[in-house]
Amino acid sequence: MIELKNVEKYFGQNHVLKDVNLLVPTGQKIVIIGPSGSGKSTMIRCMNLLEHPTSGSVTVDGVEITAKKAPVAKVRQSVAMVFQQFNLYPHKTVLENLTLAPTVVQGVSKAEAVDSGMAYLERVGLSDKAQAYPAQLSGGQQQRVAIARALNMHPRILLFDEPTSALDPEMIQEVLDVIVGLAQEGITMVVVTHEMGFARQAADRVVFVDDGQILEDGTPEHFFENPTNERTKLFLSKILR
Amino acid sequence: MSVGFSQWFSNIVYMFNLQHWQLFFQVGGLVGLLHGLLFTLEISLLGLLFALILGVIFGVLATSQWKVMRAVARVYVEFFQNTPLMLQAIFIAFGLPIVWPAARHIPLFMVIVIAVSLYHGAYISEAVRAGIQSIHRGQLEASLSQGMTYVQAMRYVVIPQALRVVLPPLTNQAVNLIKNTSIGVAIGFAELMYQAKMYSDMAATGPSFLLAALMYFILCFPLARLAKRLEDKAEVNN
Repeated sequence: MIELKNVEKYFGQNHVLKDVNLLVPTGQKIVIIGPSGSGKSTMIRCMNLLEHPTSGSVTVDGVEITAKKAPVAKVRQSVAMVFQQFNLYPHKTVLENLTLAPTVVQGVSKAEAVDSGMAYLERVGLSDKAQAYPAQLSGGQQQRVAIARALNMHPRILLFDEPTSALDPEMIQEVLDVIVGLAQEGITMVVVTHEMGFARQAADRVVFVDDGQILEDGTPEHFFENPTNERTKLFLSKILR
Repeated sequence: MSVGFSQWFSNIVYMFNLQHWQLFFQVGGLVGLLHGLLFTLEISLLGLLFALILGVIFGVLATSQWKVMRAVARVYVEFFQNTPLMLQAIFIAFGLPIVWPAARHIPLFMVIVIAVSLYHGAYISEAVRAGIQSIHRGQLEASLSQGMTYVQAMRYVVIPQALRVVLPPLTNQAVNLIKNTSIGVAIGFAELMYQAKMYSDMAATGPSFLLAALMYFILCFPLARLAKRLEDKAEVNN
């Protein structure tokens, strides 16, 4: 469960998040949509405190991570993130990318981390690339490795920050397929994306953000069929042609 | 003009005057220089080790989130980069014992080690800082998002990548460090440069300095080539 309460975020003079309130119950798949510069990336980055809100609180599974001396690193172990730019560790092999944090942070034995890591690589269809380096892989493959790396932490929550935005068009589907597959499971997911098809297909709930505010919040049917806000309608008319 | 030229020419010949070389070898010049070379090597190796440690520590501090730490690193770097190494060595050898009497027990060998470590540590820390800052911010964020602490992220993810960037300038620092151990002359410790000066005064200038130069060159040249190779390799990788 993630709860944002009265979250405000400024970058200098720039008011990026304006009194954001959002509750993501355990197990829900929620998609955050919005024009670029709307604050949606900042919003998801507040959920693991890569951005610290200027004011307001963020609570993850009952721990208020915005509190002073909060065990942020501990909470992050169960909140995995997949980035737009993959951010794989380029000096490590694919398998080492998967095993580094579990062994260093969670104290999992090397053998155990390798076993589960190989299983997740199998799952994203890349077990044959275990010994390759990230630079030897295509963008789509790198992002699938990044997803496997996230999963190997055995997280309760998965955050995706525009996971397909940096990919060539022909590679988007292979990554989406993996994410859709994950959405069948009990894990909590927050996905910032421009992929409307994915939102329709996999989301329990769609949140529309513009100018730092949540303007629409409901089921995919509600969002795509009868949105209430004018700006949502305008956005959809541009996206869905 | 012709007088000037013949004077110049005879000076050159003088440097290679066989009798001078004989004298130089008779007084044990070569063995003396080799003794100096051995000290130069020992000082260089120890100095390089400590300079690396200082460089990594202050380089990391210079990029840390804590303002005070960054300020400390800044002061260290600016102080040691902007005063002459020779002055620092003389201060440690002769000035420090006035302020802190126990310091007069520091052997001169260690004075040089300390001086070149502090001096080159400052330059290495600048290289390390630049190397860390050249690593994309996403690397730190990915590490933190996986629950690593800042120190773990630095240790396992950022610094190993930064070191690859830093290797060529680091090798250059090693070359400079070896040459700068010659400040032994200023404080009276018998490393290679000091020995060369002594045998020059005692026997013959030409052989003494020519051979010392050759020995420094043999130490430094392979390292300089290595730096060049690493730079070329880094370019290819980019």
